[in-house]
Amino acid sequence: MKRNAARGTTATMAPILEERKSSIMTADGCGGAGIACDKVSVSGSVSQRACAYCGARVVLNPITNACHIIHGPIGCSSYTWDIRGSLTSGEDLFRHSFCTDMRETDIIFGGEKKLIASIDEAVEALHPKVIFVYATCIVGIIGDDVHQVCADAEERHGIRVIPVQAPGFSGTKSTGYRLGGQAIMDLIGSNPFPRERAHGVNILGDFNLAGETWIVKGYCAHLGIDVVTGITGDASVEGLMRAPEAKVNVVQCAGSMSALAETMETELDIPFIKVSFYGIEDTTSSLVRMAEALGDERVVRATRDFCSEETRKLEPLIARYTPLLAGKRAAIYVGGGFKAISLIRQFREFGIETVMVGTQTGRPEDYDVIRSLVNPGCVILDDANPAELERFMVEKGADILVGGVKERPLAYKLGVAFCDHNHERKHPLAGYVGVRNFAEEINSSMNSPVWRYV
Amino acid sequence: MLDLTPRDGVAQRHALVINPAKTCQPVGAVYAALGVHRCMPHSHGSQGCVAFHRMYLTRHFKEPAMASTSAFTEGASVFGGGANLKTAIRNVFDLYDPDVMAIHTTCLSETIGDDLHSYLSDIEVPEGKHVIYCSTPSYVGSHIWGFASMTEGFVKQAAQKSGVATGRLALFPGFVNPGDMREYKRLMGQFGIRYTMLPDTSGVFDAPMTGTFELYPKGGTRFEDIVRLGDAAHSIALGEAASERPASQLQRDHRVSSEVMGLPIGVVATDVFVSALSRFSGEPVPYAIEEERGQVVDIMLDAQQYFKSRRVAIYGDPDTVLGIASLCLELGMVPSMMVTGSPMPTFQARASALLDGYGLADQCWAQDKADLFELHQRIIQGPVDLLVGGTHGKQIARAEDIPFVRAGFPIMDRYVHSYMPLVGYRGAMRLIELMSNALMDRQDRDCSDEDFEMVM
Repeated sequence: MKRNAARGTTATMAPILEERKSSIMTADGCGGAGIACDKVSVSGSVSQRACAYCGARVVLNPITNACHIIHGPIGCSSYTWDIRGSLTSGEDLFRHSFCTDMRETDIIFGGEKKLIASIDEAVEALHPKVIFVYATCIVGIIGDDVHQVCADAEERHGIRVIPVQAPGFSGTKSTGYRLGGQAIMDLIGSNPFPRERAHGVNILGDFNLAGETWIVKGYCAHLGIDVVTGITGDASVEGLMRAPEAKVNVVQCAGSMSALAETMETELDIPFIKVSFYGIEDTTSSLVRMAEALGDERVVRATRDFCSEETRKLEPLIARYTPLLAGKRAAIYVGGGFKAISLIRQFREFGIETVMVGTQTGRPEDYDVIRSLVNPGCVILDDANPAELERFMVEKGADILVGGVKERPLAYKLGVAFCDHNHERKHPLAGYVGVRNFAEEINSSMNSPVWRYV
Repeated sequence: MLDLTPRDGVAQRHALVINPAKTCQPVGAVYAALGVHRCMPHSHGSQGCVAFHRMYLTRHFKEPAMASTSAFTEGASVFGGGANLKTAIRNVFDLYDPDVMAIHTTCLSETIGDDLHSYLSDIEVPEGKHVIYCSTPSYVGSHIWGFASMTEGFVKQAAQKSGVATGRLALFPGFVNPGDMREYKRLMGQFGIRYTMLPDTSGVFDAPMTGTFELYPKGGTRFEDIVRLGDAAHSIALGEAASERPASQLQRDHRVSSEVMGLPIGVVATDVFVSALSRFSGEPVPYAIEEERGQVVDIMLDAQQYFKSRRVAIYGDPDTVLGIASLCLELGMVPSMMVTGSPMPTFQARASALLDGYGLADQCWAQDKADLFELHQRIIQGPVDLLVGGTHGKQIARAEDIPFVRAGFPIMDRYVHSYMPLVGYRGAMRLIELMSNALMDRQDRDCSDEDFEMVM
């Protein structure tokens, strides 16, 4: 049987909820009202989206020598135990899962005592330099004063103990990103570093999935650009504390880190540029803009030369894969708007048209850019549910879906190829080497011999 | 990896859990509900909960896991989630058209005091559709308890007694994989037993690739069969922690006799299960099953020299750990550590009873409500030859360079496991293969050239 058996089928597709209609639109090549986004999911939907706690947790998780204590029942800790695929060149304390495992008696009598004892036990067992304490859904409701417990613990142990008030119901993942950003500010403080001595960049919003921060750092080292710290990819507590020294903040995953970048600009006088290291076009323009922002003409020239050289080296790759990939149709469902934008461009580099694009946390301005990039007829949707993803992938005849863990089996069941561009990515997808990996991955998924037997 | 774990002893902790060997009730409730045909599990809590549960199940089964959410906001968590639930029920039936909606609570909805029973008495459910609910506060029990809670909810709210006996066996399978459930069905089939297994995730979490996405795959217990459970002839609950509650519920409500036994992992426990099937059916054990048993024993004898006195640490869900420990004992191994994160008051007694049969009670440590950090510390103090459990132990296996067999839940870093049984004689055969391969591969890797043997 030919693959894409789903195409043309009249599978019983679920209707679209009335409340969801303002979050779905079709690109028409002209202006008009924007998409409704950054809203809490509709009750009764099978949302693909996580909560505020998850947002804060994933932003802070990659800090390699921090201890992340989840104050709440066990689940929120179990589900976030070492799931991000963030790599470390230093300690691996962050790859442990710490939880106060609140039980019924803690709900009745309060969880403060258990939290105090848990912090003490963590210090005793593993001597962390920093502890983040995440207050999950019920902590505020039962009235635990997490701020006070943390303040007391700082005094008792002489280390930073930073509260992250991130109850899941307080908002979407974006809310959590902001809360995570605040915790980072709490750690690094708001004393500006003398601007005349500022040097290099911080890389924000790259979480070193499959070692992507190392790729960008490698380029920077080659070009003579000093990287102060990743925020938070492969970051250590010590590295983060030096963040105020940076001349420019380079923001990779704007969805998760815009708020922090804005705060760092206001409080620490560090300007920021938004970049994306996905795809040739965006990698090149990002590296050049980073060099320009630092203001050293020699570095800018070196960067341009480097990028031309790297692009040239990829020409045979493009030539090899374009005949295999051109004319295919892609569907994108990712976390942030910026990544979606890069992916649309990256697919275009191989002659692939994007026919559906959705994000979990895209902002109105991201959706404006998306509309300007895609062809008329492309479906654009915010916080999609599986029924909508299914419907539009089938309707638009997508050959490949780019998404995360929950979307993978959905795509395969539909006979659609898949590329994980989320926590479970198998190879680094950033930079020029990422272009190579991306091409190989989407080709191997779309042109796998297994499809012959479906 | 894990080089921070202190090597100088086992520090006692009373409050902090490090590297848990359990997760929360709701994910177990979702797994149970998905084992009912055309059922949409629904999480009455924040939208993040269900995203985590779906992710967790998808990572283990490599299959889609559908579930909806009430998506609590600040407002709902102050004023109660009644309005969210009402909207959710309307939307779920409008949009996804399940036959059944299985609602479970979360830590949030329980803590604010949402009363599903009273909410549901005010909410209209479409004609011919059903709503089942259960209480699954995350701060009680574990995912195993949640699995039992949802199964018990179905029995309590759906099962009825019409007075017309079905002659069926009600089988409560325990928290096991679709591969195990298929094995139960195969065994019952060989006795010619008519049964209702609740839940039944075969055909759901091992659905074939067809080129279409089925929101409700072919598998799952039929709701009408659950209704008729009240007329069942007898029930068997496999796994005390996961299955005892629904069986008791059925006995209490409809006087359906029940027997609770361990998960049929290993020869002894499978013998118990097979004998029960034989008694129920009134049929002798078919030769095909006798043959399988004989094959397993044959293999055990062939391979016993590789297992004799080897120390094994087993962790995971209580019923599974006890089952695997039983097989290990039959093979002549020493299950020197048996750990579950789930609370189970009888865990130590059950473990002791197993160990007593082999005179090993004083050489082994068994603990419920324990975590993998403690297990790691204990392994440092008293090394083992083999580690058996879910994916989360891989860090320990690497840190201490221990042969590692993945068995149980969750396994997020390998394929095929959920299709294959651990239960029954077939399951024993498979576990023996996995464990002997791990031990013998290690011998091949570590032995000197002169000891490196072509024939083993």
